[in-house]
Amino acid sequence: MSIETISLSGRKKEVSNKKMTFLESLYLVAIFKGLFITIRHLFKRKVTIKYPEQTRELSPVYRGQHMLMRDEEGKERCTACGLCALSCPAEAITMKADERKPDEKHLYREEKYASIYEINMLRCIFCGLCEEACPKQAIYLTKSKVMVKSNTNREDFIFGKDKLVMPLDQAMRNTQLKAVN
Amino acid sequence: MDQAIIIEKSVIIISVFALTMLMAMYSTLAERKIAAWLQDRIGPNRAGKGGILQPLADGLKLFAKEEFTPNTQNKFLFVTGPAISMSMALMTSAVIPWGDKLHLFGRDIILQATDIDVAILYVFGVLSVGVYGIMIGGWASNNKFSLMSAMRAASQMISYEVAMGMSIIALVMMTQTLSLKEIAEQQSGMNWNVFYQPVGFLIFLVCSFAETNRTPFDLAECEAELIGGYHTEYSSMRMGFYLFAEYASMFISSTILAVLYFGAYNYPGMDWMEQNVGVNIANVIGMFALFAKLCFFIFFYMWVRWTIPRFRYDQLMRLGWKMLIPLSIANIIITAIVLLLHDKAI
Repeated sequence: MSIETISLSGRKKEVSNKKMTFLESLYLVAIFKGLFITIRHLFKRKVTIKYPEQTRELSPVYRGQHMLMRDEEGKERCTACGLCALSCPAEAITMKADERKPDEKHLYREEKYASIYEINMLRCIFCGLCEEACPKQAIYLTKSKVMVKSNTNREDFIFGKDKLVMPLDQAMRNTQLKAVN
Repeated sequence: MDQAIIIEKSVIIISVFALTMLMAMYSTLAERKIAAWLQDRIGPNRAGKGGILQPLADGLKLFAKEEFTPNTQNKFLFVTGPAISMSMALMTSAVIPWGDKLHLFGRDIILQATDIDVAILYVFGVLSVGVYGIMIGGWASNNKFSLMSAMRAASQMISYEVAMGMSIIALVMMTQTLSLKEIAEQQSGMNWNVFYQPVGFLIFLVCSFAETNRTPFDLAECEAELIGGYHTEYSSMRMGFYLFAEYASMFISSTILAVLYFGAYNYPGMDWMEQNVGVNIANVIGMFALFAKLCFFIFFYMWVRWTIPRFRYDQLMRLGWKMLIPLSIANIIITAIVLLLHDKAI
């Protein structure tokens, strides 16, 4: 079996040390072939994207930054069960559970809530397993195109509830939209 | 009358100098752009529109760098090296005919700094002095890599000068003159020397690549083996001078290629234009024709750079001594026989 039939691409060439003919040893033909190949690339479409002006198109299954959802009445859905932290392969999520006080009923849906909920954005791999694990549909990976900003301080990459929880007015707007529809 | 000649020549010299500098500057941008395009990239495009100010930015950066001098006994030579390279690269342009003549203020102005009878010998003389720039720079760097690179460059340039000179001898036998102006005039119309001396042209082309230290003959700055080559120890504008000299000599050698083999400023229908449209317009178009030809050769230099990999040192020497020199000798003999038979026929 020759090497051409084995190779998957079919382009593999067996190395040979055969003596070059006179025409080959002048290299002229080979050089002109090479020049022709490079000049063809001059007219090819360039793949470079001029980044700050143009951005690459995102994939339809793109997963952006996380968001802790609120329900229709604007209460936080999260009950601090810890399943997201358990499912997280990068161990990026930490939380601290607390019991809901009677006067906090309008803030949290369940009797238990997360008083601290932190995602380390340096560890997170945006796999979306937390979203899948959540029994309360509380954590979602949004389609937001805002990337995590670069920073010189590691602590700044730990996103707390101030950055993660959905803003209240957005939750209310969603409820209104749902009512209209 | 004398004053008029001085003014006329000064204008020509200054504009040729400015043109050489400008071309060397923009060759750096062209090199980067063409390199990018041949590799399916875009290339520098941030400084100015489409990167048009990039050479200025590069120059400014080089000026702002620390001027480092190695601990060597030859501080004077260390400074002399780049100066020689630069001045030799610029001196060659003195004998190049940029156009036939212009008729201004009631005088015929010949578009050439000086029309000496031995222009080709002058070019060769200046070219061979150019080796010293590299040699002295490499020696004064007090660095073994620089020295090795300088030795490589010197032996390479001396080797290829032989073949280059011989390829020119065949041309000189045919044209019966050493003056570039007369060679240019003989090629009027499409009577270009490349059609009569294709082998000579090929040898000359290969040798000019070697003489200007361009890929595939850039063993002197072989990064993998010799760091930066002879300009390893150079920084700031001294290094800029070496790089600038390389581009300037590339520009000059493209011009010489165009003048010797590709009809200089001649273009088809030039005589008709001179009679019907006027001497000035016909010759300005001729200057642009020469410019277009030399731009093509500059492009060709860059095109080859991104196509052919560097030679190994023994391959380089074999090509120079065992192939190009016998080929150029054969070319001389064949040219001589053809000329002899041709004369007899007449």
